[in-house]
Amino acid sequence: MKQLMRFDINGMIYEEEIDHRRTLLEVLRENFGLLGTHKGCDEGQCGACTVLVEGKAVNSCLVLAASVQGKKITTIEGLAEGEKLHPIQEAFVETGAIQCGFCTPGMIMVTKAFLDRNPDPTEEEAKRAISGNLCRCTGYYQIIEAVMKAAEKMRKEA
Amino acid sequence: MKEELSVVGKGIPRVDGVLKATGKAVYGADFSLPGMLYGKILRSTVPHAKILNIDTSKALKLPGVRAIITGRDFPWGLKYGFTAFTRDQTPLAQDKVRYIGDEVAAVAAISEDIAEEALDLIKVEYEELPAVFDPFEAMKEGAPQLHDHVKNNISASHHSVIGDMEQGFRESDHVREDEFTTQAIKHGFLEPHACVGLWDQSGKATLWANKQSPYIVNRKLAMALGLPPSKVRVIQTYVGAGFGSARSDPFALDFCALMLSKKTGKPVKFVYTMEDVLVMGEMRHPFYLRTKTGMTKDGYLKAIQVYAVADGGAYSTIGPVSIALPGVSIDTPYRVPNIKYDGYRVFTNKGFCGSLRGHCVAQLRWALGQQLDMMCNDLGLDFAEVSIKNAVQPGDETPSGRKITSCAFTECIEKAVEVSGWKEKKGKLPPFRGIGMGTSAMITGARLSGHNSASCVVMMVEDGTASVLTGATDVGQGSSTIISQIVAEVLGLRIEDITINPGVDTECTPVDPGTYGSRVSFYSGNAAKIAAEDAKRQLAEVAAKLTGVSPEEIVFKDRMVFPRNSKEKGWKIDALIRHAQHRMGKESKSIIGRGSYDSGIDLLDLKTGKGNISATYTFITDVAEVEVDPETGKIRTLNAVSAHDVGKTLNPVLCAGQLYGGWLQAEGQLLFEHLIRDEKDGHVQNPSFMDYKMPTSMDIPLRSEHILVESIDPEGPFGAKEVAEGASLATFPAFGNAVFDAIGVRITDLPITPEKVLKAIKRKKEESSKT
Repeated sequence: MKQLMRFDINGMIYEEEIDHRRTLLEVLRENFGLLGTHKGCDEGQCGACTVLVEGKAVNSCLVLAASVQGKKITTIEGLAEGEKLHPIQEAFVETGAIQCGFCTPGMIMVTKAFLDRNPDPTEEEAKRAISGNLCRCTGYYQIIEAVMKAAEKMRKEA
Repeated sequence: MKEELSVVGKGIPRVDGVLKATGKAVYGADFSLPGMLYGKILRSTVPHAKILNIDTSKALKLPGVRAIITGRDFPWGLKYGFTAFTRDQTPLAQDKVRYIGDEVAAVAAISEDIAEEALDLIKVEYEELPAVFDPFEAMKEGAPQLHDHVKNNISASHHSVIGDMEQGFRESDHVREDEFTTQAIKHGFLEPHACVGLWDQSGKATLWANKQSPYIVNRKLAMALGLPPSKVRVIQTYVGAGFGSARSDPFALDFCALMLSKKTGKPVKFVYTMEDVLVMGEMRHPFYLRTKTGMTKDGYLKAIQVYAVADGGAYSTIGPVSIALPGVSIDTPYRVPNIKYDGYRVFTNKGFCGSLRGHCVAQLRWALGQQLDMMCNDLGLDFAEVSIKNAVQPGDETPSGRKITSCAFTECIEKAVEVSGWKEKKGKLPPFRGIGMGTSAMITGARLSGHNSASCVVMMVEDGTASVLTGATDVGQGSSTIISQIVAEVLGLRIEDITINPGVDTECTPVDPGTYGSRVSFYSGNAAKIAAEDAKRQLAEVAAKLTGVSPEEIVFKDRMVFPRNSKEKGWKIDALIRHAQHRMGKESKSIIGRGSYDSGIDLLDLKTGKGNISATYTFITDVAEVEVDPETGKIRTLNAVSAHDVGKTLNPVLCAGQLYGGWLQAEGQLLFEHLIRDEKDGHVQNPSFMDYKMPTSMDIPLRSEHILVESIDPEGPFGAKEVAEGASLATFPAFGNAVFDAIGVRITDLPITPEKVLKAIKRKKEESSKT
């Protein structure tokens, strides 16, 4: 059954008739063309679909779209300001944290939620923070390095 | 005078990094066309059966369904495969199904949901046949036969004897024979297969897909669709990782997207689920290995004999290569005068196996590297010292004909010893802590049959930049960046001056064999270098005319082109390109450099195993230090040391990423990854990331040290060799040896689960209490 749904995504209002069974991931990708959020396992195991809901990282494949209407949703498309990359994005590019890049948007979003909460983390905390997101390429070291570098950049900017 | 390098060798961020970090890279499932339909595949529910009838009438009546196809919709009897002898696959099953998951029919509908619903309405009538799931059972007389033309289910075999085995073992003071096994694992890429197919009215079949080797897809699609390759166009999207032939081959979705498009006149999109990916081929071959090594008492290897049985699953894919590779990898990285190999790849009613990072060599290293450690322990020798004694050296030609050119293997061992603290730790660690060493060699591009050369085009653009067209595919390993660095270096440009095609389009990029055998930096890198040099030569001729010196005197540096001894006479490169293009009268021309590269080595003789399979080889030494929890059996890696002879480090950040990633991928297989099969019908019991576990950030070694050793290869671009596939090979024996060092029991069957460790510790305790 379709119903009119209204979302606040990256500070913009999106409104459409949507089947009530649809997940947030499906709606982001299929209804709103926000393709930076990736569908990997589609069951909450890989983290490639991570987005922020009210600043908290969630697997968008496990969230019913209807349940997050009116909440502030942030996707990878909402991080950079024009051509100016977010410090987390810069750090990921600079440290080799990206190989195939399929996990990258999810990794960056989970890092955002983490660093907003914990701006001066230890490496161990950074490692734990990304542990719900799989990456098959990098072996994680350079991602952890990116998280630490991003934290430093963000502290400097703040 | 040796010129200082300004772009090559630097840790330049990958050229597609910003696109990927902002979510703008278009992967397989991100690509769409207006008006497209959605496809779904129906898979076999039985392991082995004749298809008697497929009734699609009910499904066709479902509103929204536009077409349904079965094996009958493809050219009947037209099969595809790697060689003429191994063509045994069809887009959809024609006569038989051979494993639970084999593709039987496909639906196109106006939505994925409707297509899915239609699958439930298709009735397939099977006549079930006896099935076989164990390769040893399958080889017996009277076992169920998967393919009519193949006796005893031997999909491929490889036999070679080089030297005199009897003499080799006679000269040995110590001989051991041991058994090892490995399990099935998946490539584990996070992006499921996805494609859009469009068969247009002109008769051209175009496929957009996340492929690692688009030209392999192009050729195999053409083969099974009965089209000339020029009528099939494959356009590569960004690829959510590769690691082997599961990304290089076309699968049912690719054929069906095109055929359903032909039937409906609409583009058709398929996106597989992760369950599809985990159930279907391809995956790593599970191996049984019986190895026999002979050594003198002072540690010189005299003979190695290997008997291998690989479970190939239902189809051949690149089976002849798969089963040859362990055989041709025995006499590196150590000098072994006498070798014998008997390998069998066997059909079973399970998903088919193919290449995966270190294709069938990882399994061999798991066995031989542990056996060497056993021999050393038996004789009271040090693994590192024995490795140095037997190490192949530059200039060696191995008994089977591998020509070792650049080789820093000894240096790799020495560096790994030093960095890991091997001498201080080996034999001196407290209980339940262990250290182990492993070694390997790796080919830099396998010389297979058929196409081997790589090509590249470098076009100079009037704003002083260069536009590169390569046939290489970047699946995350970083070839776009490496190739851009090489072109920038040759032309005196900066990395941001290079534009490179983000993917292959078989209609307009240079034809390329594909991304396999760790060949891309070497082959495509060389082609790019030659193309850039060709563009440079053309520009130098123009500059020479303008400045009155010979072209050889012209230097390209910092976006300037000038005579070596009078920089002030130089031209900005953009002005020079414009001059060449616009102002040379009848001689005006766009500057387009072309480059092709082939190593020129002979084909390996698959019958004898003799020949040089690769133009050059890399060498790797890993040291693992582990800690075992005797209460839980859980293993933690304290330190991971990898020393890799990469020839020349083209980009240290990218190289490091390969070493880190390769180690952890190996650790996944070593510790827990396992595609588990039901014993009665062979179906995959864990087709989900909930149950098929891969390493997370919590599984990484506590410390990790990568050492890039340079041997400057005479043939490689700027001296470079492979790094990607070799990165995981030495980890297998290193880890196994470390676990033995920690618990005093040898685990020979993968994965090394906590259960096995606990059992081993218990057994050890019982044995020692008896004595």
